[in-house]
Amino acid sequence: MLAFLTRSLAQRLLLLVIISILAHSVVHLAPGEPSQVDPSNPRMKPEDIARIRAAFHLDEPLHLQYVYWMRDLFTGELKSFKDNQPVLPKIWRRFLNSLPLFLCATLIVWSLSFPTGIQAALRRGSIYDRSTTFLAYALISIPGFFLSYLVILWIVDTFNVPVIGMRTFGMESAETSYRWMDRVWHLVTPSLMSAIGGIAVLSRYVRSQMLEVIGHDYVRTARAKGVVEDQVIYSHALRNALLPFITMFGLMLPGFIGGSVIFEQIFAWPGLGRLGYEAILARDFPVILTLNFIAAVLTLAGTLLSDVLYSAVDPRIRLQ
Amino acid sequence: MAISNVAESRPQQALDAPSEGPLRELWKSLKRDRLAMTGLVVLFLLMIAALAGKALTEWSQILDPATVRLTDKFRPPMARAAAEDLPVASRPPLGRYWLGTDELGRDVLARMLQGSFVSLSIGFIAVGISIIIGITLGGVAGFYGDLKWGPVSVDGLLMRFTDVMLCFPTFFLILTVVALLPPSIYNIMIVIGLTSWMGTARFVRAEFFSLKEQDFVVAAKALGLPERRVIFRHMMPNALAPVLVSASIGVASAILTESALSFLGFGVQPPYATWGNILSDGKDFIFDAPWLFFIPGLSILVVVLAFNLVGEGLREALDPRLRGLR
Repeated sequence: MLAFLTRSLAQRLLLLVIISILAHSVVHLAPGEPSQVDPSNPRMKPEDIARIRAAFHLDEPLHLQYVYWMRDLFTGELKSFKDNQPVLPKIWRRFLNSLPLFLCATLIVWSLSFPTGIQAALRRGSIYDRSTTFLAYALISIPGFFLSYLVILWIVDTFNVPVIGMRTFGMESAETSYRWMDRVWHLVTPSLMSAIGGIAVLSRYVRSQMLEVIGHDYVRTARAKGVVEDQVIYSHALRNALLPFITMFGLMLPGFIGGSVIFEQIFAWPGLGRLGYEAILARDFPVILTLNFIAAVLTLAGTLLSDVLYSAVDPRIRLQ
Repeated sequence: MAISNVAESRPQQALDAPSEGPLRELWKSLKRDRLAMTGLVVLFLLMIAALAGKALTEWSQILDPATVRLTDKFRPPMARAAAEDLPVASRPPLGRYWLGTDELGRDVLARMLQGSFVSLSIGFIAVGISIIIGITLGGVAGFYGDLKWGPVSVDGLLMRFTDVMLCFPTFFLILTVVALLPPSIYNIMIVIGLTSWMGTARFVRAEFFSLKEQDFVVAAKALGLPERRVIFRHMMPNALAPVLVSASIGVASAILTESALSFLGFGVQPPYATWGNILSDGKDFIFDAPWLFFIPGLSILVVVLAFNLVGEGLREALDPRLRGLR
């Protein structure tokens, strides 16, 4: 176990270095530089551009820029090109904004897709199964922002739910309990909308997983013993069907950054995805690179976590 | 003795031998799936629409998507053109805007037809790129995987590279590259293609690994056939079926990615119309001209749904575990 951990940690560190080098070269080799974002600004003189380039090490060779980025990242000295603020606290603040959205959406996804998927598997071929299947495909196939706009149109008129930002403007002086209610109220629509794609995908996956498990011999044995049907489904079949979802859970961690750009943009939610979007618009290389780096760390941590959990849950798997 | 043996084994062989090729068998079991067949019909209609769009908007200019008619902006679907105010050249055929006009008085039907060709070619070319990369890397890793190069094997190297690519948050990466590069429709196709080959590579590698051990491949090698022939004639056709699934689903997700990029302002730039940028332009007029929003949105939904249903139908038809159940 210890040997496995050290080996896979070392492997993942190596991967991380390769990923960061790749990301760094992609971002730096692409045309368009931070000093060229505003070329029509008459106050930008060539000396200013030269000063900016020197301050951001943009004139150094690429590998030196990489070393500077890594050094600054790990000493916490990394500054944003855009506003000269330290990058890590900036990301941390946005992370705290994204966290409730991510948690709520994940909770909705997992608590809705399991019952739907299990029922669909148990009633394979019924009208319920076919209609949820069709609905799931429809939800996967609809452009996220198209659906969100439709829902916004309907939900704002009917339920008067707020759909912009994290809190109502001017609520800062209200009592704590009201402020919290306001925040939860703002969370409803964005988290529901970002959960919908996940529900569609995961419920399909639950269904196929359950179908596969139900055909196994041990389920037949349990039925033959005369175990109550509910117990057959939920304690014999479901427990074995759950295994692959550990991997799914690990793979969902990086969705934190990449998956949220569109929805944070629609709902004006000041989270990580929008931070990335703004950084891309401003050619803010340190922020883009650091976000990418964090996403890679999350992915690698997620796969490691799922490997370890898998071996803890499934006695057939031994890590070596 | 020998003769009787042959006589005994002949009917057995006839039973075992596959009567038809794998693709024909796939088609037979796909035909039973009603959703997938509906999807295929929709896709067939879409192909016709895309070709008709290309023909009508570029080759013959009957429907010109770029004609601006400021007197006729925001006309609802089926509205008659104000014929007396328009020069003859910019009048729509039959004097009607079948799907209405947009904020510049351009004919939405013409734009949708033009867009269908562009959106579809984005999907197909992006998927083409991703499949070529996926098959090449997966095939090399599967066939030459055992070759060692010092301590690293070819398979290990290629699969670690696949892992690296999987670690990037895909949409964020696409957004970064598309935003940094000069806006062009080809960049979007290439970037989507370059960031979506990992699934195909893994499928093909696994498929090659299992094919390599099978008798017909061992026999082909033993006969001394050149490697090229073993790979392309004997192994590749048998590994292609799962690739079809990911290709079909890949086109669907490329069309969705393009519309998401359009929403963020990094999509295909004018003068090209795609369904994605018609939709994202239309969202600003959702109250005044809802058809500008609903027509492209529902079209994307229907087409992407058709691709997904066909892909899923193929997956079920290919899955030997599900075959007995139907």
